[in-house]
Amino acid sequence: MNEVQKSPFLGLWFLGVTLILLLALLPNGYFLDIAIRMAINAIIIIMLNLLIGFAGQISLGHAAFFGIGAYSSAILPAHFGWPSALALVFGALFSGVLALILARLIFRFKGHYLAMVTLGLGIIVSVILTNETAWTGGPDGMAVQDLDLLGHKLPGDRSWLGLTGFLLILCVWGTINLMESPFGRALRALHGSETAAAAAGVDLARYKMAVFALSAVPTSIMGSLTAHYVGFVTPNLAGFTHSIEMLTMVVLGGMASIYGSVLGAVLLTALPQLLATLDGWETVALGAILVITMIFLPKGIVPTLTVYLGKHSR
Amino acid sequence: MLAPFLQYLISGITVGMVYAFSALGFSLIYNASGVVNFAQGEFIMLGGMLAVFFSKAGLPFPAAAVLAIVIPTLLGMMIERLTIARAKNAEILSLIIITIGISLVLRGLTQIFMGKAVHALAPISDSRPIHLAGAVMHSQSPWVLGFTVTVMAMLWYFFRHSLSGKKILATSCNRSAAQLMGINTQWVMTFSYAMAAALGSLAGVLITPITMTSYDVGIMLGLKGFIGAVVGGMGSGMGAIAGGLIVGIAESLGAGYISSAYKDAMAFLLIFVILFLRPRGLFGAKATDRV
Amino acid sequence: MLKGLSFLVILANIGLGLPALASEPIRIGSVLSVSGSAAFLGEPELKTLQLYIEKTNQNGGVLGRPLQLIHYDDGSDAGKANSFAKRLIDDDKVDILLGGTTTGSTMSMVPLAEKAEIPFISLAGGTVIIEPVKKWVFKTPHTDRMASEKVFTDMKSRGISKVALLSETSGFGQSGKKETEAVAGRFGITLVANETYGPKDTDVTAQLTKIRNTPEVEAVFVYGLGQGPAVVTNNYQQLAIGLPLYHAHGIGSEQFITLTGTASEGVRLPAAALLIADKLADSDPQKAVVTGYRKVYREAFQEDVSTFGGHAYDALMIALNAFAKAGVNDKAKVRDAIEQTKGYMGTGGAVTMSPTDHMGLDETAFRMLEIHNATWTLIK
Repeated sequence: MNEVQKSPFLGLWFLGVTLILLLALLPNGYFLDIAIRMAINAIIIIMLNLLIGFAGQISLGHAAFFGIGAYSSAILPAHFGWPSALALVFGALFSGVLALILARLIFRFKGHYLAMVTLGLGIIVSVILTNETAWTGGPDGMAVQDLDLLGHKLPGDRSWLGLTGFLLILCVWGTINLMESPFGRALRALHGSETAAAAAGVDLARYKMAVFALSAVPTSIMGSLTAHYVGFVTPNLAGFTHSIEMLTMVVLGGMASIYGSVLGAVLLTALPQLLATLDGWETVALGAILVITMIFLPKGIVPTLTVYLGKHSR
Repeated sequence: MLAPFLQYLISGITVGMVYAFSALGFSLIYNASGVVNFAQGEFIMLGGMLAVFFSKAGLPFPAAAVLAIVIPTLLGMMIERLTIARAKNAEILSLIIITIGISLVLRGLTQIFMGKAVHALAPISDSRPIHLAGAVMHSQSPWVLGFTVTVMAMLWYFFRHSLSGKKILATSCNRSAAQLMGINTQWVMTFSYAMAAALGSLAGVLITPITMTSYDVGIMLGLKGFIGAVVGGMGSGMGAIAGGLIVGIAESLGAGYISSAYKDAMAFLLIFVILFLRPRGLFGAKATDRV
Repeated sequence: MLKGLSFLVILANIGLGLPALASEPIRIGSVLSVSGSAAFLGEPELKTLQLYIEKTNQNGGVLGRPLQLIHYDDGSDAGKANSFAKRLIDDDKVDILLGGTTTGSTMSMVPLAEKAEIPFISLAGGTVIIEPVKKWVFKTPHTDRMASEKVFTDMKSRGISKVALLSETSGFGQSGKKETEAVAGRFGITLVANETYGPKDTDVTAQLTKIRNTPEVEAVFVYGLGQGPAVVTNNYQQLAIGLPLYHAHGIGSEQFITLTGTASEGVRLPAAALLIADKLADSDPQKAVVTGYRKVYREAFQEDVSTFGGHAYDALMIALNAFAKAGVNDKAKVRDAIEQTKGYMGTGGAVTMSPTDHMGLDETAFRMLEIHNATWTLIK
């Protein structure tokens, strides 16, 4: 076994140090913006990876949960006067329950049939958000009130990075522990072979439901936080394109890899910004990068590099 | 009472045939490799855009149409050789991401070299609409229908009675066994991509007179085609056509009778019902899973 | 790279003993939808800005300083617009913001402009952009409410009172739907049918069939942008509905006529005078501006003008006039100068702004046009 796999917690220290450095050194609101978006995406992708990478289920509509969280935080305070913390919790609960119900209904579907249902979910949520203009502001979206945590508002971009960075560290730490637990082992068994796992006593249905909900809730929470951070929500937060972006981040970084998820999120958040000056060629460049990366690093960046380093550290 | 229903039906079938071609492309490639080709919609887009491009350059329609089909076909083969073939041992999801990347590249290049404008193409025959029992049909629709039926017949013959067709079927059944039988599975892959690209671009050329085209029509067409392929049973040619038509008709009826705003949602609810009752799609094979 | 270059320029100038600020460029930031569903508008907007900034620089710039355009494409995604606005304000340190092709993109940038206290001239149509008035936000296009009012005025004069509305589910369409529903009563108009279609839909015969079968319907009003209305118009002709067809100002470009051909015959729409520049009377106050812009644009790009590019032209000119008057360094002064724009003759009409009116156009700026023999004609 190579050095990298000795302790996953090592990576956590590295992450923490990086975040502290970023907090201190990033020069202006624009760079902080990118970092905050990276952190938010990383959390989503880590949890989505549990579903796709570890449990082997495909979700083509995960952005629906993001949208539910975002719009809960927009609509409930604006139309009903709810405090923002409560709206965030509501969004998370709604997403979790929805995920459980859907999983119960569709757990017997495999492969692309599950993908279809999640795709349908994404589209239905998008359509509702676009059309119910009176509640949601329609295709042009609506403004979101500031996040109010027990009377305190977040004073600036740096504090947002602090919050999201802290949540990211928490997420990584939690996920590492989860994967070392019996729950995590059952998940790995599920991915390896469903039939074998069932034969070994793993209740497939229960685990799939649990993982689906487990990946939906943090996505919803991140949706809520994004809504407060940007101050504005639009229906394409729940859209198909956003779902595909999430899927791409998972695969690019490396399926079933926690740090891969972080890397995938970081890269695919930064790349469009770096390519933005290419004026027209950015789509082509992005596509080319995806193709080349997947050809040469087919398991995703982190897992492929891990294997490569493993071979060479003998 | 009948007239509006007939109108919705005709419109649904017209747009459904486009989805059907798209679905057919998905099924072909899925059969050969297990990959869901997200770039399928872009082949349809290229068919339409190239037909417009060559027509504007002065070529007569038949020449423009042929070029608009041949070029994407060659492109499809080249892409497969350069990318999918290289990544042959990758997981399915990785291959899918590659196809996403390819679709971005195709769309981006089209945007740069052929612009962002929307383009129309003259229909093959007279542009006056055809009247049918109180409903109206675009003059291009019979052509699309005719080609769809012809293509279906040709594919049926090809898969049933030609050696190449049987090689493809064998590969999709069991790749290793096919290789053991001496079938060049690499060639099968390339050929399938070529066919999917050809079908897609043919569809593009045929329907552009009805729907117009632009660099970004591929996304929606690909998505609806994917849905149609799954509903019909991924991997089944009959299923793809049936699935595509169902999606088109469901949308049209939904828009007409229930709510135009929610027509996409309507189509999906119908699809959920179908999948619930027949999880492998309408014509999907009853496969057994390897333990 | 550009920052590095301008830094070197400054050094060179200090070295030569020239005041550094004289060649420090005026930074104009813009976020436009050059790709995606609003590309139809965004592309002519960008081309116009680039063309006229280059021309202005060739003539010596403004206040002796060259103009520098820093532009990002939000891909018709309001979330990206927000991100790019941050980049322009915090990182590129622009002096003014022009853009927001769509109302969605604009509204996502408004809070940033207000917070950073930087003047922002929007190119989008939503009434909500300037109502309620926001201190730092202005706009050049006519509002969607004005478009609806203009259409209804014309309908009323033809004795039409029962109208079917077919609106696009894009921001433009839905905003227009809201305004249309709000003002219909004032003109004695009832909306007997209210359908929608998606901006990427390739077939709307279902919706049109529904409308045709609505009893009493006397006219159809389509509220959409770019390619959607073209599809609607083609289907409209196919179904031989025959009732008067009105569109909103979202079709104000030659592409609409190219895509619809004979189907466009008789279509009526409100539009800026730019589309009928050569048909204006010589005495028309707008004639000089619109024919000038049209000529320059056509020569540069070999394609005809659209009202969207015209709005970008107006925004740029208003901004440059403000800079000339108030200098560049004090953003508050620039803002005041924009607010004090009086009688500026633009492609959209005569602009007179005030603290309560950050658009400055009135109804006369919109003309009622009819498409006849594949050309725009003015309805007297």
